[in-house]
Amino acid sequence: MIIQVCYFARIREHLGLNEEHLSMPDGSSIEQVVDFLRLRGEPWSQVLAADQKILTAVNHEMSKGNRVLHNGDELAFFPPVTGG
Amino acid sequence: MIKVQHEDFDPGDEIASLHQHAHIGAVVSFVGTVRDVNDDEKLSAMLLEHYPAMTQKSLEHIAESAKSRWDIVGLRIIHRVGYLQAADRIVFVGVASRHRRDAFNACEFIVDMLKTRAPFWKKEFLASGEQWVEAKAGDEEAACRWDLS
Repeated sequence: MIIQVCYFARIREHLGLNEEHLSMPDGSSIEQVVDFLRLRGEPWSQVLAADQKILTAVNHEMSKGNRVLHNGDELAFFPPVTGG
Repeated sequence: MIKVQHEDFDPGDEIASLHQHAHIGAVVSFVGTVRDVNDDEKLSAMLLEHYPAMTQKSLEHIAESAKSRWDIVGLRIIHRVGYLQAADRIVFVGVASRHRRDAFNACEFIVDMLKTRAPFWKKEFLASGEQWVEAKAGDEEAACRWDLS
């Protein structure tokens, strides 16, 4: 399956990337995508390290790590929000 | 009415637009602005980034959640994005209701949710350099007061 991955704020800046398309095995979860990205090494392994506070959204709704993804889904990574 | 925009807004016009029915007994509003200092350091500008595809949906969800909790007759949320200067307005929340308590509570609830549940991120430009604003534990505690289960 192909998913679109988007990065925002500090994460976007550290990676130097706004978005990308990823090919993942069908039925992959958010956690599995994170594991895949960490294997790229720096800066991914640092930005997505387990001790980093990162929020995720699938198709524009906040989602937890065990959420299973489907072909065409949009997965976003971002730091805790600071609006208002 | 919910808007995400680069342009400034006029709080007086927004408040007036909420006074559209004779049965409204209260209008409560909140205007958030850019402080010119952070930890005693002068701030020259602020960038507000957001997640455009998610922002509108997120704000609508917050508005619907407020409407389900309190008796609200009118509601306006405006959140600015892009580059702002010190003292610029960032956000407007206005709530009209029959009785004041609903308007006070709903307005505070919406502001607490904007700070912790909507995909906006602030970056500050200071004399020492630029930095992303860290989420504050106090904001999350304020949001959790509203029993979000």
